[in-house]
Amino acid sequence: MSTATEQPHRKVEPKKSFTLSMLLYDQRYRSITIQVFFLFLLMLAAAWLVDNTINNLRAQGQDFSFRFLNAPAGYDISQRPIEYNSQMTHGRAALVGLLNTLILAVMACVLATILGVIAGVLRLSNNWIVGRLMTVYVEVFRNIPTLLWILIFGAIMTEAMPAPSAFRGDDPSASMLFNESVAITNRGVYIPAIIFERDLGTVTLGPVSPSISWLLVIVIVVASVWANKLLIAHATRVQNATGVRPKTWWKSILILLGPLAAYFIFLGAHLQHPELRGFNFRDGVHLRNSLIAMWLGLGIYTGAFIAEIVRAGILAISRGQTEAAFALGLQPGKTMRLVILPQALRVIIPPLISNYLNITKNTSLGLAVGYMDLRSTLGGITINQTGRELEGMMLMMLIYLAISLTISGALNVYNSRVKLKER
Amino acid sequence: MKKSVFLGAVASTALIAGAAQAQQTLESVMDRGELNCGVSTGLAGFSAPDANGVWQGFDVAVCRAVAAAIFDDPMAVNFVPTTGQTRFSALASGEVDMLARNTTWTFTRDVELRLTFVGVNYYDGQGFMVNREIGVSSAMELDGATVCIQTGTTTELNLADFFRSNNMEYEPVPIETNAEAQQQYLAGACDVYTTDVSGLAATRASFETPDDHVILPEIISKEPLGPVVRDGDKNWEAIVRWTLFALVAAEELGITSANVAELAQGTDNPETNRLLGSEGEMGAQLGLDADWAVRAIAAGGNYGEIFAANIGDQTPIGLARGLNALWTQGGLQYSMPFR
Repeated sequence: MSTATEQPHRKVEPKKSFTLSMLLYDQRYRSITIQVFFLFLLMLAAAWLVDNTINNLRAQGQDFSFRFLNAPAGYDISQRPIEYNSQMTHGRAALVGLLNTLILAVMACVLATILGVIAGVLRLSNNWIVGRLMTVYVEVFRNIPTLLWILIFGAIMTEAMPAPSAFRGDDPSASMLFNESVAITNRGVYIPAIIFERDLGTVTLGPVSPSISWLLVIVIVVASVWANKLLIAHATRVQNATGVRPKTWWKSILILLGPLAAYFIFLGAHLQHPELRGFNFRDGVHLRNSLIAMWLGLGIYTGAFIAEIVRAGILAISRGQTEAAFALGLQPGKTMRLVILPQALRVIIPPLISNYLNITKNTSLGLAVGYMDLRSTLGGITINQTGRELEGMMLMMLIYLAISLTISGALNVYNSRVKLKER
Repeated sequence: MKKSVFLGAVASTALIAGAAQAQQTLESVMDRGELNCGVSTGLAGFSAPDANGVWQGFDVAVCRAVAAAIFDDPMAVNFVPTTGQTRFSALASGEVDMLARNTTWTFTRDVELRLTFVGVNYYDGQGFMVNREIGVSSAMELDGATVCIQTGTTTELNLADFFRSNNMEYEPVPIETNAEAQQQYLAGACDVYTTDVSGLAATRASFETPDDHVILPEIISKEPLGPVVRDGDKNWEAIVRWTLFALVAAEELGITSANVAELAQGTDNPETNRLLGSEGEMGAQLGLDADWAVRAIAAGGNYGEIFAANIGDQTPIGLARGLNALWTQGGLQYSMPFR
C-alpha cells in the first residue's frame, strides 16, 4: 500500500481495488477522511451541548417554551416609542426594547458618521492646530473603552446638570434655553414637540399603531425628494441638449419644503414647549439621561474609528488624481466632491459597515446607564422575572443576528453600487 | 459503526453529566472545604465587606452559621456578590450553594423558577425614601415623580402595581446595584428611591446627612426575605433551613453565644438538649456532627444577637425588631419544633 504514495505514477493504474487503509494513506482520500473526522468531532460536541442542556433542564424540572412571551410583564419602561403599560405582555415589552435599540443605533450611527467624516477630513488639514486637535480626538476616544465613555457622559448628565426644582421659584438658579423652549436637567433634556391641532388619529398596523399625521409626513418627504430628483434629471437633459443648465435652486427649495410647509399649516402644527409641573417637566420631548449618555458615548467613540477610515480612504486615492483634476481647472472643493470622495467611498464603505454593526451591538451596554433596550427588557428584566434564561437569550441572539445581517445586507447592496465597476 | 460510536459517546457524556448533577451539595461543599454563599453587592448591615475586607452583616451571618455547622469554621465561606439580575442564575448554575441576599419569597420564584426558600430571616415591606426638602409626607403625593429602582427585583413589580392601582404616573429609572441607586438618588437624578424598608434604612444610614431624608409611612408590599437553595437536594435544604431555625430556637430557649458551650454539656430542658446534640442524633440525620447547632450559634449568636449586632436599635441602621420579634413577643419569628 505504501508503494502507492511513494510512486505516484502508479495511481493512474486502472481498477485498483479499494481498501480501508487507503482512506489514510492515499492522497486522493486523505483530506476527505480528515474532514469527515473533524465534522464528526464537531457534531459530537454539538450533540453533547444539546444533550447536556436538555438533561440539566430536566434535572431542574424546566421545559423549553416561549409561552412566557404572552404573560403580563408587570414592569414599566420609561422610554416608550409605542403604547406600553405594565399589564401588557413580555413580548410587547421586548418589542419596546427592540425599538429603543433601533432608535439608539440609528441616532448613534448618524452622529458617528458626521463626526467621523468631519474629523477624518480635518485630520488631513494643512492647518497644524486643526490637524493635531483631530488627532487628539481620535486617539483619546478610540483608546478608552466605550463603556467608560458611556458612564462618563451619564455621570456628567446626572451630576453636573441642575435638578428640575432648580427651575422653580421667583429667582430660579437655572433657566431654560432658546426662548424658554429647551430645559437641560439632571434627568435629561426636554425639547419642544411638534403638535398637530387637527390630528389625523392613528392607524393600527399589527402590533403598532403609528400616527397617520406622521406617516403622511414621511410620504410627503419621500415624494418631494423624488420630485426633486426628476427636476434635476430634467435640468441635466436640457443641459445636454442645449449646453445651458437652467436654474433649479429655487424650484428645488419650493419642491422640497413647499408641500411639507403647506401640510403643517393645514394640520395646524405648532411647537409645544416643555413645562415644569409637579416633580418634572411635562410635555415636549424628553431625551432621557440614559439615551443621551448612550448616544454620545457610542457616537463619539465610534466617530473616532470612522475618522480613521475616512482618512485612510482619502489617502488611498493617488495624488495624481488631485493633480489631474486641478489641471482640468476644478476647484479644491469640487475636486474633493467629484473626484476624490467618490473613489474614496469604495475604500470607506466596507469597514464602515462593520462600524455600524459595532454600534448596533454596543447598544446592548444600555443597562449600564439604565437605557431600556432589548438587552435590558427581554434579556434583563423579563429573563429575571420569568427565569427563562435559555429561551430569552436565544431569542435575543436571534434578533441581534437578524438586525446585523439586515444592516450589512443593505450596506453591501449600497457598496456594490458605488464600488469600481469593471466592464 | 460510526453511528454506534456516536451514540455511545452521547450516552457516556449524558451519564457523566447526570452523575455530576446527582452529587449532593453537602458532599461538594465538604470536598471544596468552603461554602459558596451568594450575597448582595453591598448593603450596609445586611451584607457588605468591612474596612478589612471581611464580609459582615445580617445576611452574611446566616452564611457563617451554615459554614460553622458544617466545618466548625464560620470563616470558611466564599462570598459571591450577586445583583438582582444575576442571583438566580448564580444559584441555578451551581456557582453558589445558597443565597442569603434579601430575596423575597414569592409564588413565581418558588414554583416557576423552582427555587426553594428555606425560611424567612427578615419580614420586610417595600417603602419609599425622599429628600425632606421636597416636602412630601405620603406616597400618594408622588404623582409624576422620578423613581430610582433596582431592576430584577419584586420591588419593580410592586412599584408598577402601586402607581397603577392609585392611578398615578411615574418615571422609572432602572438601576443595577444599591450603590448606583444611592449615587443617582443623592445626585437628585430621581426624587424617590424605593426598595425594602430595611434596605432604605441601611442605605440612609450610610449617607452623610441621614436626617435630610425621610422614609414615607406607606408600606406597599409584603417582602418576606429569606435564604434560598436549589430545588431537588432535600438534605442540603434541610441543613440550611434548620440552621436558620436553630438560630431562632436558640433565642426562644435563651441560648446565646456566651452560654452555648456550657448548655451543650446537658441541661434539664429536653429540647435544648436535642438542639445542642447532647440528646438524640439530629446532627447525624443531617449528615453533620452532633454539635452542629452549637457551632452555628457560637458563630454569631442567636437570631436576636445577630439582629442587634448588625441592624438593631444600637447600630447606625437602627431597625426596630417589629415583625421580626419572636412570636412570644408579638412578632412573626417562630422556629419549627426540634423534635
